[in-house]
Amino acid sequence: MGKLYTSRRDLLKGGAAAGIALAAPTIFPSSAWAGFTNEPTGGSVTLGFNVPQSGPYADEGADELRAYELAVEHLNGGGDGGLLSTFSSKALKGTGILGKKVEFVTGDTQTKSDAARASARSMIEKDGAIMVTGGSSSGVAVAVQALCQEAGIIFMAGLTHSNDTTGKDRRRNGFRHFFNSYMSGAALAPVLKNAYGAERNAYYLTADYNWGYTTEQAVREATEGIGWNTVEKVLTPLAATDFSSYIAPVLNSDADTLVLVHYGGNMVNSLTNAVQFGLRDRVVNGKDFQIVVPLYSRLMAKGAGANVKGIFGSTNWHWSLPDEGSKAFTKSFGTKYGFPPSQAAHTCYVQAMLYADAVERAGSFNPCAVVEALEGFEFDGMGNGPTLYRAEDHQCFKDVLVVKGKENPDNEFDLLEIVEVTPVDQVTYAPDHPQFAGGELGACNPGA
Amino acid sequence: MDAIILQILNGLDKGSAYALIALGLTLIFGTLGVVNFAHGALFMLGAFCAVTLSRLLQTASVTIDPERTDFLGNPLKVETPYVIEWFGPEVGSLILDWSVPLAILFAIPIMGLIGLAMERGLIKHFYKRPHADQILVTFGLAIVLQEIVKYFYGANPIPTPAPDALVGSLDFGVLVGFDAGTVIYPYWRLIYFVFAAVVIGVVFAFLQFTTFGMVVRAGMADRETVGLLGINIDRRFTLMFAFAAIVAGLAGVMYAPINSPNYHMGMDFLVLSFVVVVVGGMGSLPGAVAAGFLLGVLESFASMPQVVTLIPGINQIIIYLVAIIILLTRPRGLMGRKGVMEA
Repeated sequence: MGKLYTSRRDLLKGGAAAGIALAAPTIFPSSAWAGFTNEPTGGSVTLGFNVPQSGPYADEGADELRAYELAVEHLNGGGDGGLLSTFSSKALKGTGILGKKVEFVTGDTQTKSDAARASARSMIEKDGAIMVTGGSSSGVAVAVQALCQEAGIIFMAGLTHSNDTTGKDRRRNGFRHFFNSYMSGAALAPVLKNAYGAERNAYYLTADYNWGYTTEQAVREATEGIGWNTVEKVLTPLAATDFSSYIAPVLNSDADTLVLVHYGGNMVNSLTNAVQFGLRDRVVNGKDFQIVVPLYSRLMAKGAGANVKGIFGSTNWHWSLPDEGSKAFTKSFGTKYGFPPSQAAHTCYVQAMLYADAVERAGSFNPCAVVEALEGFEFDGMGNGPTLYRAEDHQCFKDVLVVKGKENPDNEFDLLEIVEVTPVDQVTYAPDHPQFAGGELGACNPGA
Repeated sequence: MDAIILQILNGLDKGSAYALIALGLTLIFGTLGVVNFAHGALFMLGAFCAVTLSRLLQTASVTIDPERTDFLGNPLKVETPYVIEWFGPEVGSLILDWSVPLAILFAIPIMGLIGLAMERGLIKHFYKRPHADQILVTFGLAIVLQEIVKYFYGANPIPTPAPDALVGSLDFGVLVGFDAGTVIYPYWRLIYFVFAAVVIGVVFAFLQFTTFGMVVRAGMADRETVGLLGINIDRRFTLMFAFAAIVAGLAGVMYAPINSPNYHMGMDFLVLSFVVVVVGGMGSLPGAVAAGFLLGVLESFASMPQVVTLIPGINQIIIYLVAIIILLTRPRGLMGRKGVMEA
């Protein structure tokens, strides 16, 4: 019979090792002995694109997927190279990432947190994705970001606008290029003051979920800062389709401005209903009644049709921007797909490129090396002007666009006009700003 | 007071949609004994008939305008709809503008055919199966129809406006003695309410005053005896399925300008319409209509800020709360018949 332990010390060592093994996270056991989760070993590396392929944001998800496919093509040296030529960092050469060919897998978030986590988990565990990116909802982004943190995977958020993504729910392994609710409020308020004056009574209809709360708070605080008065704040169910019973009380209030904190189908329907009820033809307190939509997208504007004309909002990017990066991306995307990219497509493309660039600069796929390369990274040429990935919260700081529904569009894509490019300084806030309080990045997790 | 009138008007137009869908649902249940979870999809298909006709009418010839450029800087392709080329700018634009009302004529044969195909191709195989099987298969069918529409039309809502002449709103308050601008109501929603009332009237008149309707009512009461009299009741019930599909489709066509159609709109209405049918009484046509309007008005009141402030979340549960109370106190619903859906 063999001797199990030669001494008491060996016994303690064995016990300690077993204890550590048992205490370690067990959700990703397949990579338990690698240097970091899903360390690429062959000639290729797999990225996970987790986008809504079904559900209400499926069109936005389809555009995100197109952008990711374009990014993969450009990273592998195909097509016209897109933003590789305008990007200020020259680490990427069109030879994949660290010489490995880029491949990808896709998942369907369904715009549901549990489904998004399940598809992200599948991409990490079964497909060996080294990075997960995508999404068109803050709820999904926060959920998937937390999962990636546990798994030791980098998460490059897609379209997520809630303050919480890089606020109270920020994570060391997660990064957001898209702007946020605070920035929308800070950019919109001065433009609204110029256009509609400092004495307004605002009525808020807010989608009853995380993004709605933070966006309402941000826009309300910003507009109250310029002198506006808040008359009423009403939460509307996310599943609501007919907003007439929420619009009707606006008629009986003292409000002369309606702020629709709605996105996607909610925004299309609430704006359509508001216009049907003649709100835009009203005169209240001697002022023309106005409607504001804090977060715009071209796809939404298309859904709302002529109702968006003249209505202010904010957006992360627009295909008509005149800088070289925007022109290169619009040309590349438009030539391949026949129509201009949405802001969702743009932010996803840029996120894929930024990740690849960070790996190249770090010389490693190790998530902690990537985090180090992205924190405090300053870049340009990606369509938003000079941009900083702030180390303290992993939020990109760049100019913000204030847009307005175009009165006389030249073509079916020409729905929004850029009213102002708000300088980055005006939308920058302290990392411990109250709207972002309560979050900690924590430590980087390489997994394994 | 003006706020109350406004919410009643709101409830009536919302109730119109519930009533029209619930009417078709209960008609199918009353005749064929089938719990049709695909009925919301028929409403959605009706709305997409309006979208389809609008797109067909906008089919255009393409010319190149070298003076203007597209988003890539290439010469702009200018599209001129054939209806404008054929009928001139005035008549052509009028046809394009009135595409939603025209879609009523377009939708009637299409929805009828869809109804027939659905009943003959799938539903008839489930007549003798338990209600659970019927619910599963029709729910599956609804998802398939949804996905087909999404494949061809995308997931985003598609704006389908009312004719220009009917855009705008009526100052209802002035008519009843209130201040101007306090009770404003969109023309199209008033038209929707009137349209729903007419369709409901036609359905009742058809069932009440035609021989066909009389036979159908007799079949609903006692299918076996009517069959024994040598009447092919199955054929009539098949036609009733198509009829119910047309009613749902027309409800969808007229709803398109109220909220831009999207592939999911049927599901949004389906669950509420089922609650309407259950509250009204399974198989009861007047019950479905009454419950549709009742729940529409209640839902509207529950969404008022004053009510929501008093009872948070009431706007999201009011319909289900009323359904629970009615089913507890009157298990057959408001006008349900004895023996329907009972062991």
